[in-house]
Amino acid sequence: MMEFLRQPWSWYVAGTIIGLIVPVLLIIGNKHFGISANLRHACAACFPANIKFFKYEWKKEIWNLFFAGGILAGAVLAVTLIGNPAPVQVNPLLATELVRYGINDYSNVVPKQLFSFESLFTLRGLIIMVGGGFLVGLGSRYAGGCTSGHAIMGLSDLQLPSLIATASFMVGGFIMANLILPFILNL
Amino acid sequence: MEENINKNLPDHSFTLNKMAGDLTDTDFELRSLDTICVNESEKQHPWWYNFKYAAVGIVFGIVFVKAEVISWFRIQEMFRLQSFHMYGLIGTAIVVAMISVALIKKFKVKTIYGEPIVFHPKKFNKGQIIGGITFGLGWALTGACPGPLFAQIGTGAFVVAIVILSAIAGTWVYGYFRDLLPH
Repeated sequence: MMEFLRQPWSWYVAGTIIGLIVPVLLIIGNKHFGISANLRHACAACFPANIKFFKYEWKKEIWNLFFAGGILAGAVLAVTLIGNPAPVQVNPLLATELVRYGINDYSNVVPKQLFSFESLFTLRGLIIMVGGGFLVGLGSRYAGGCTSGHAIMGLSDLQLPSLIATASFMVGGFIMANLILPFILNL
Repeated sequence: MEENINKNLPDHSFTLNKMAGDLTDTDFELRSLDTICVNESEKQHPWWYNFKYAAVGIVFGIVFVKAEVISWFRIQEMFRLQSFHMYGLIGTAIVVAMISVALIKKFKVKTIYGEPIVFHPKKFNKGQIIGGITFGLGWALTGACPGPLFAQIGTGAFVVAIVILSAIAGTWVYGYFRDLLPH
């Protein structure tokens, strides 16, 4: 059993569990699956700065912060109890590409050569971590949701705006990964 | 139920008025809709009821790690069409969630507290395209959308806290310039 749990889980098992989170949240408390709103709650709680967009009763949305905290705790549990010690298996094409940028460490969920406190002081590390995070935060709120709120919750409720948002996420991702990221990784 | 509704009415209208400035038709935020109505029931529960959402989050976090959803490499494969994994996973999640939502609507399933489950239709605005592309550009850089960012920290990649702080800053800057941005 432990051996079974330790190996990477297939997409259909994981997809099914993630999909079931939508009805579970609805049934246990009328909550709509979403994560990125936490970033807004953080602004509202810590630096509202008299901005209209951050003046609301964030405490009523505290369930979302518990949810995010649970995700973090779940990751700790998964790594410590049923972690997979083997490095992630990627497509050889990707490995060949990344090695050109000096990325060959697959032991972590993020490449150590890019994501580290030392790397924050390099231009490419700064762009990827600080720039990337900034775009994720700005874009998700501008779009009114992220992958969970739009792609999973919104699409499951057959919302056309969510389909448009999801398609836009993919367009942005394809442009960055294929056209822009190679230049950034070369820095 | 009837009592609860009545009990909450004054509070509800107070919040509504308070939020009215926020909720002009430029605000298509599902979450702000949430802020005024969906969570009305929350007041009836002590704060520790929120641990049930933490429990769901824990399941989510475990799946994130075990299915390598939070791997920067898996996201790079996805955007290079080098792996089916992420497409299969998100696709399965959508189908399962879609069937569940359809069943909830068809059988008018109620919450465990007996309240009707409500859905909010979203309205189209240009932000879904402009913001969506912006989000996508960031997603391919960080290799993680907001949920996985929290899980990445849980795996010991503490530097990702900087990514989250930066994402909070991005959200704040959006809030600051919101009225000037096309929607």
